[in-house]
Amino acid sequence: MKKVFGEKFYQEMDRISQFYPNKRAMLLPALHAAQKERGWISDETMQDVADFLEIPKTQVKEVVTFYHMFHTKPVGKVNLQFCNNIACWLRGSEELIHHAEKKCNIRLGETTGDGVFTISEVECLGSCGTAPVCQVNDDYHENFSVEALDKLLEGRQS
Amino acid sequence: MNHEIVFSKYYGESQTEGLDYYKKHDYGYNALLKAIEMGFEKVHQEVKDSGLRGRGGAGFPCGMKWGFIPKNTEKPIYLVINADESEPGTFKDRAIMAYQPHLMIEGAIISAMTIKAHMIYVYIRGEYVKEAKILDAAIEEAYKAGYLGKNVAGTGYQLDMVVHRGAGAYICGEETALLNSLEGKRGEPRIKPPFFPAAIGLFSCPTVVNNVETLACVPMIVSKGAEWFRSFGPEKNHGMKLFCISGHVNRPGLYERPMGYPLMKLIEEDCGGIWKGRKLKAAFPGGSSAPVLTAEECNVNLDFDSLAKAGSMLGSAGIMVIDDATCILKVAIRTAHFYQVESCGQCTPCREGSMWLKELHIRLEAGEGKVSDLDLIEDICNNMDGTTICAFGEATAWPLRSMVKKFRSEYEQHVVEKRCPFEG
Repeated sequence: MKKVFGEKFYQEMDRISQFYPNKRAMLLPALHAAQKERGWISDETMQDVADFLEIPKTQVKEVVTFYHMFHTKPVGKVNLQFCNNIACWLRGSEELIHHAEKKCNIRLGETTGDGVFTISEVECLGSCGTAPVCQVNDDYHENFSVEALDKLLEGRQS
Repeated sequence: MNHEIVFSKYYGESQTEGLDYYKKHDYGYNALLKAIEMGFEKVHQEVKDSGLRGRGGAGFPCGMKWGFIPKNTEKPIYLVINADESEPGTFKDRAIMAYQPHLMIEGAIISAMTIKAHMIYVYIRGEYVKEAKILDAAIEEAYKAGYLGKNVAGTGYQLDMVVHRGAGAYICGEETALLNSLEGKRGEPRIKPPFFPAAIGLFSCPTVVNNVETLACVPMIVSKGAEWFRSFGPEKNHGMKLFCISGHVNRPGLYERPMGYPLMKLIEEDCGGIWKGRKLKAAFPGGSSAPVLTAEECNVNLDFDSLAKAGSMLGSAGIMVIDDATCILKVAIRTAHFYQVESCGQCTPCREGSMWLKELHIRLEAGEGKVSDLDLIEDICNNMDGTTICAFGEATAWPLRSMVKKFRSEYEQHVVEKRCPFEG
């Protein structure tokens, strides 16, 4: 089969394939690896993953659209995922979201024109003891504050 | 009250996740060696005798669950670790995995050998990227040290273990949704019966699904005995427990206390009381799926049976504290919003009910509601309760019904004043 992903993708798939009785069970790991490489899951990527796992594309698409973490459109280089669930909301997450929206001049779920920042609202991240929390790409920023947010957004005009 | 720190000794410190550290400061796989020496039938009996109840939310007796695996099956048996920790207010499993991953792994190995599983899947929520990496590294260490692989601790037993990341879906904490997700499908709960995946679980094979904290209890039960474990907490609610406390307290965080510890003592003494000199208004004692307790009702002990008696539940021990300057309808909006976003959409009562509950609360909070909306909220909740494939329907209905019932006058005030009384 023609290789359409980078080496890392195939290495990861090789490492884990021994643990699964069928290829379909590797769908979530494959999608994670694909998204890591390409930044988001396009229609073409769904087809590539389907071809790799030898399953119908519909099975890939129904899964991609079910899970919040798979992006079906490009996201900014800095993806600010604000938890706005009860514990974070009790500790002021809404104020942080409004501040980010104002500073970036976009609304929740949108990306700045230069493709740098995306702001989104996510559900409980499991960091309630250090609320509010914002997941910036993969990393948790706990006890998040307007000051810490300003630092991340440095250089952007309100 | 008997009290001994067994989990959180070194939480917050750095570099505690390696095998060397675990050997120096914790069980260090000596519990596994002891279990092998004891024989796994005895291990199973010890876990049964300890009274260990599942730490994921339901509080089901762990030893009994293991006993549901059919004897002499020819199919492979799987152990699946539920590390999907997504219940709002809960962050205990994350701490175990970040600071003492080997405790969970050792517990999982002992448990797998007890139920005769040769494969362990750790289903961890996708957002826990750092914890997944820590687990990957710890599992690799365990392979290298011979605790996993073709010949576990020289016994000839083959056992493999792999981390499987979810991708952002609360519902995947429901065990049958989790199994579907592991199979590469949408995380939609399966129709019951079978009520337990012990007969037909992952890949249609016998499966046990255990929570991270539950498995982390196993090495200490093997090592110190069932009697020791039973010395903590009241009858039928044993062991030390990680309580997650968040919201409007002065010192939120993770507190390890014995089962049956008084909630008010935790709030007032351990957490330094309510912040900003305010008063306690309400608390969710066990994640957002648990009915809220009013301030008076918070005079309750934190264990499965005491909270059930108080009309709520211990759940995943995610305690969220709300002060008296907070509008309960706003809390209800956040709660309903969460369930609306996370409903898998299979069952109409859940999919539609969660949406209408949110819409009704938005209308009421804005001062545009009617008194009849209050009955409508209860009516919707009653129609979600017990009418869905999984417990998500109840998880939505119970907290929201409790808010409208217990804070009815605050709801009515919004209607009468045509505004939110908490907005100046």
